[in-house]
Amino acid sequence: MSARVWRALTYGVPIAFLALFFAYPLASILERGLGSGEDLASSLDVLTDQLTRDVVWFTLWQAVVSTALTIAVGLPASYVLGRYTFRGRSVALAAVTVPFVLPTVVVALAFLAVLPEGLERGWAAILIAHVFFNVAVVVRVVGTFWAGLDPRVSEAAATLGAGPVRSLREVTLPLLAPALAAAASIVFLFSFTSFGIVLILGGPRYSTLETEIYNQAVRIFDLRAAAILALVQLVFVALAIWAATRLEQRLAAGGQRRQERDVLRPFRTRTEKAIATGSLGLLALLVGVPLAVLIERSLAVGNGYSLEAYRTLGRSTDALLATPWEAVVNSLVYAAVAAAIAAVVGGLAAFAVAGSRHGGTRLLDGLLMIPLGASAVMLGFGFVIAFDTAPIDFRSSPWIVPVVQALVAIPFVVRIVVPTLRAIDDRQREAAAVLGASPGRVRREIDLPVAGRALGVAAGFAFAISLGEFGATVFLARPDSPTLPVAIFRFLSRPGELNAGQAYALAVILMAVVAVSVFSIERIRALRTGWS
Amino acid sequence: MTQCHKAALAFVIPSLLAFVVTGCGGKEKPTDVVLVTHDSFVISDDVQAEFEETSGFGLQILQSGDAGELVSKALLTAGNPQGDVLFGVDNNLLSRALDGDLFEPYESRLLDQVEEGYLLDPDYRVTPIDHGEVCLNYDKEWFSDREIQPPQSLDDLTDPRLEGLLVVENPATSTPGLAFLLATVAHYGEPGWQDFWRRLRENDALVVDGWEEAYNVRFSGAAGEGDHPIVVSYASSPPAEVIFATPRPEEAPSAVVRDSCFRQIEFAGVLRGARNEEGARRLVDFLLDERFQEDIPLSMFVFPVNRAAELPPAFEKFAVVPESPLELSPDEIGANRDRWVKEWTRIVLR
Repeated sequence: MSARVWRALTYGVPIAFLALFFAYPLASILERGLGSGEDLASSLDVLTDQLTRDVVWFTLWQAVVSTALTIAVGLPASYVLGRYTFRGRSVALAAVTVPFVLPTVVVALAFLAVLPEGLERGWAAILIAHVFFNVAVVVRVVGTFWAGLDPRVSEAAATLGAGPVRSLREVTLPLLAPALAAAASIVFLFSFTSFGIVLILGGPRYSTLETEIYNQAVRIFDLRAAAILALVQLVFVALAIWAATRLEQRLAAGGQRRQERDVLRPFRTRTEKAIATGSLGLLALLVGVPLAVLIERSLAVGNGYSLEAYRTLGRSTDALLATPWEAVVNSLVYAAVAAAIAAVVGGLAAFAVAGSRHGGTRLLDGLLMIPLGASAVMLGFGFVIAFDTAPIDFRSSPWIVPVVQALVAIPFVVRIVVPTLRAIDDRQREAAAVLGASPGRVRREIDLPVAGRALGVAAGFAFAISLGEFGATVFLARPDSPTLPVAIFRFLSRPGELNAGQAYALAVILMAVVAVSVFSIERIRALRTGWS
Repeated sequence: MTQCHKAALAFVIPSLLAFVVTGCGGKEKPTDVVLVTHDSFVISDDVQAEFEETSGFGLQILQSGDAGELVSKALLTAGNPQGDVLFGVDNNLLSRALDGDLFEPYESRLLDQVEEGYLLDPDYRVTPIDHGEVCLNYDKEWFSDREIQPPQSLDDLTDPRLEGLLVVENPATSTPGLAFLLATVAHYGEPGWQDFWRRLRENDALVVDGWEEAYNVRFSGAAGEGDHPIVVSYASSPPAEVIFATPRPEEAPSAVVRDSCFRQIEFAGVLRGARNEEGARRLVDFLLDERFQEDIPLSMFVFPVNRAAELPPAFEKFAVVPESPLELSPDEIGANRDRWVKEWTRIVLR
């Protein structure tokens, strides 16, 4: 394939996808909102309103603090998983991913049960839940990157007399910086646009921009106020992304990328083992306790425990237009399609972004992040009015679900693949070219094997995200094929002990499916990269 | 082109085509009728099959969030709707839906089996299908264990004896929460309701955002082990506690405060611009038909409006249908709802 065709593909496909399925629907609803109503001046009141200013301030600070805390909690675990090989490593990687894909409603209810009286509601609960949800982003993005860092660099530093702290500060952290910036920006965006967590754990006194947009658009049906708030949110999101991509570019240090199998090693000393146990133990506590509560709830029947809630899942139920098992199957199919779309579109974009460093690629990189920070409510509404005439009236087509899920998953694919691609030593490519390899062959034999590994991780992550995706899908009109999170939500919205039990049982199944799929991806990856 | 690139293209092109193809509906006579409704809508398989057999139309169901979201989306697509019939607009949202010109008038012949009181639109743009009452529920055991008199009325809630026992939903985010606010407006009038809520706040009522948390987590008389024995829920919640328990108890663990109930009526209507208008009318008729009406209580936990419909035994036994629930006219609600919610927020939350 000629360089020109390749370039057209890597830029064209992601841009077209984004334009059609994100920019177009969002622009449609914003235009409708801003164009409605009488005079602009009265609508701009919403901006000067004290309530709005409080909301913006709260949204901002809780997102910043959530991000900092998540990094602090996730970094030690990333170190252990990015440096050592040990029994249960893949299990740990799979387990830490589970919270990230659980529907917020379920997690919020688990937290209400776990957190001590007085702490279970308000800003502290929001922060803890955000860390619980997002720590997987840090561990996976940073951990994967760490596992490709040449350990000889820090070993050299040690030989030259640097202590572990100095070596971490002056050698490892600067090398990790691009992955850290990538992870931080994703965590920030998720916390900034957090909806379900803030709604339930924040209680009625705390609201973020996203909950306020929902309130204006859905409850009050003031589309203009909603559009203005959505624009405010977009401005903040764009600023955050701009800062993050700049930071990533500036920090992108070369450094030799290595195969994971050459990097990971068993623990050598007792201290290493103790540090690892400590960091993973802290994480296990944070992640494990709420998950354990969910399992406990799914088994509780009356005053004792039984499998009743699980046994009844095959039966058709009044809460759904399908049996719960069908919801499990729907979820798997949607997630597989979404992961495939995300891997293709995101993979191509990653090549474009990593391929050059001029302004255009920076822009593409940033644009692909925006769906993470855009209002799910407004996007859902946008889909309803944007695709309403033939030939693309697929407002209610089943395809709409994986497309929206892919939109959320693509940025992860890009985030995971780009740092790896960028870190390929250019001299390797040059050497191949000097030896007569065509650009296509260089890509095939140097870039792809390295990217393939990261792409595998990314696709698995995209699959997991799509499995649990709730925010955007819930705002679409869906045909009668509910996904797991939607099914869980429906069960929770109905009275009766068995309904609650089935909701928790489905949540446990969702956890299991996610854990198993992430675990298998880790195994396959390990086989392909030749562990044996 | 490498294998990998080919594989990528092989995937992208069919998927893009598939989007376009699924979007290209034909222009022939529709064989399906599409119902847009909220997430709480449920229909039993055999009942759906019966509609499809007798009408000759397939039934497609599109669900879209709660009632508020349903109406907001219908307003967005007014004139070019996503389906033929909308079910699930209630009296709290009715004026907004009617002002938005969502519906085509249709007078079902089955309306003669429905009490006059449920017919809120004289122009027949919407047809009443079911009603449900939002009421205070209390945990019977909690009160009998402590030998405390359970609440009998709204007034009792401000009694210091019941301090800290009530959990209510935020009317800005919850349908039953809004209904309860409207109940207090209907009962106390203005400005009486504001005083009532000030006193309720002093009496340490807990406000949560959604029914799920209030009922499943905070309330002591349901699945959760909450510590609040009084909750805003539905008149049909006590029978639900019996029906969905294993083993089924002899009596419901909770009871309803009759004087606190606010009536919600849900309507269906033929959407303006429906592609299948004939099917839409058949569907509205079917929703009023005894077959569907008798399916309603156990599937959606609300009551049929058709007087010929029989209630299931558990409902006969445990459900309370208040004779004179609190009500407000849709116009009054439509004109004041947003202001009331705002004022409530200021009084109770700030």
